[in-house]
Amino acid sequence: MPKIDEYAPAAGGSAIEELKIIASRLKGKTILNVNSTAVGGGVAEILSRMLPMMTELGIKPRWELIKGGEDFYAVTKKFHNALHGTRQELTPADFQLYRETLKTNMETMDLDSDIAIIHDPQPAGLIDRKPAGAKWIWRCHIDLSNRQADVWDFLHGYVSRYDAAVISAPSFSQQLPVKQFQVPPSIDPLADKNKELSDAEVSDIMRRLEIPTDKPLISQVSRFDRLKDPLGVIEAFKKIQPYVTARLLLVGGSADDDPEGAQVLAEARAAAEGNPDIIVLCLPPTSSLEINAIQRASTIILQKSLKEGFGLTVSEALWKGKPVIAGAVGGIPLQITHKYSGILTRTIEGTAYWMKRLLHEPAYARKLGENGREHVRENFLLTRHLRDYLLLALYLESGRQDFIHL
Amino acid sequence: MERAAVEPFKFRTRLTLTEVTGRRAANIAELLEGIKAADDAVIYHHTHRFIKQSHHLVPEGANDFAYWVTNTVQADRLGEELTSIDIVQYNSLADIRGAFVKMLERHTSENPGPIRTVAPGREFHFMRAIRFSLPTACSAADYGSFIECLRNVSASSLYLHVFEARLRPPYGLDDFSHWFKINFNDEAVGKELSRLDPYSYTLESLRQRIIRIIERRRAEVNRA
Repeated sequence: MPKIDEYAPAAGGSAIEELKIIASRLKGKTILNVNSTAVGGGVAEILSRMLPMMTELGIKPRWELIKGGEDFYAVTKKFHNALHGTRQELTPADFQLYRETLKTNMETMDLDSDIAIIHDPQPAGLIDRKPAGAKWIWRCHIDLSNRQADVWDFLHGYVSRYDAAVISAPSFSQQLPVKQFQVPPSIDPLADKNKELSDAEVSDIMRRLEIPTDKPLISQVSRFDRLKDPLGVIEAFKKIQPYVTARLLLVGGSADDDPEGAQVLAEARAAAEGNPDIIVLCLPPTSSLEINAIQRASTIILQKSLKEGFGLTVSEALWKGKPVIAGAVGGIPLQITHKYSGILTRTIEGTAYWMKRLLHEPAYARKLGENGREHVRENFLLTRHLRDYLLLALYLESGRQDFIHL
Repeated sequence: MERAAVEPFKFRTRLTLTEVTGRRAANIAELLEGIKAADDAVIYHHTHRFIKQSHHLVPEGANDFAYWVTNTVQADRLGEELTSIDIVQYNSLADIRGAFVKMLERHTSENPGPIRTVAPGREFHFMRAIRFSLPTACSAADYGSFIECLRNVSASSLYLHVFEARLRPPYGLDDFSHWFKINFNDEAVGKELSRLDPYSYTLESLRQRIIRIIERRRAEVNRA
């Protein structure tokens, strides 16, 4: 795991210095994180990188996992989908199963800590056993703007007893009797997916993947999902083909375990068939370095989502200094200021127009990429994410003043 | 050997935590009501954050209110007027709020017709800044070490001492000018710094500009 000072070239020396000062005020405090999985998923990925940093800074982090059977996870999956706005049928037995599973966890789990960060709905009910004097934060990673009422009403009973709630974007906020804070997610600049690669490393990987680099590459890195609109991307690219020399690459994970994903992949391949300048590529989930190299080899990166949670792939692309054209949905507008740090579009035609324009105006495209990288440096790196959690802990510990002098 | 100050200048920096109030505005009237009800932490977030956030971009003379009115409501004239409110000329956040309220009230009375409501999802979200003031490792006792610190402190530190300082006593005066005046009886630094406009520079170019001002003064003082 990288040491905290190794983040200085990416985050800036002053950001690391600030982290050390804040952490010194929390020295020896225990910060407990509870979520539902140790591997896989964005929360586990961030915690596995962030907790060692806390330890290095003199804080005592702990990480507990909520445990439950398949039936419990089926219910919480329904919670998750319902909160995201996909209609689900929940029965009284589902809610009862949730209560019982949480009760069992409370009997065995060590919840002793000064500050606890409880991630998402699965462990939210642990608030029933909050130790006296501890500060508890409910960290919601889900876009709640279209949440289903019955599931939210159920969770509201738990969430309203926390000391604070944390959401990723202002539009995700809800009516709550507790204060809500905005802490966007982050990318790790030193992870395989984002770390610096030399031109030679990029070339080697592109050669190994048999992706030709003789023409400017426009790529979209996303799973094959209708909400990522791969067919819209192909249609937009076909519109500009008579006017530009470029190649389109759609790259996503293997869709073997996802019947709809397999179908969308098949449709994308069919749409690309007979067009030598459109490549549809499937990579295994362990392909972080390959994704990194593809993004670095690209001239333009697309994220033409129709619906999105936060859409951190945008920050990953911007971090590589690439001009990004992305759908103005979910958390993407927080990452891109239109025409300053990237391009926001809402239609296939708009996407086509901006692809053509950026190919024809490389200096402007370069400026967008440079601005985007600085925006990510300031707002979407792991160090900022950790800083916000520590500031929130300090805020709760120091009597909730609007102005805190350290 | 340069003369040293009695009290060294200890550079501090500013960090903020963003609180989401849950209050939203979908049109100009709701924006006005929201600003009227806003406390200092809300006004600070929407007027000061913007400059710091954009310090790497081209200078963007604006605040969140102006940005939303221009780009989302697309009320160009009002957006331009709100952009023109120079927040660094005010000595308190209450005065800044008053300036926005006055301009929006004038607009509302001059435009009594139907008001445009933005599409769902494009509302203005009122937020609050919880402010933290932190020490840094930089401390200066003379012109030379001051210049060295200026090269190393964060943009947030620069912003805190040059612009935000004007909102606290001695009102209207930045921390650097105050220190040079008290310790070296040097009022020329203050005269030069008071002319700096955050809207005309990125914070990085502002850093270079301040360094040049202090370097010039250092040469003049050493010659005298």
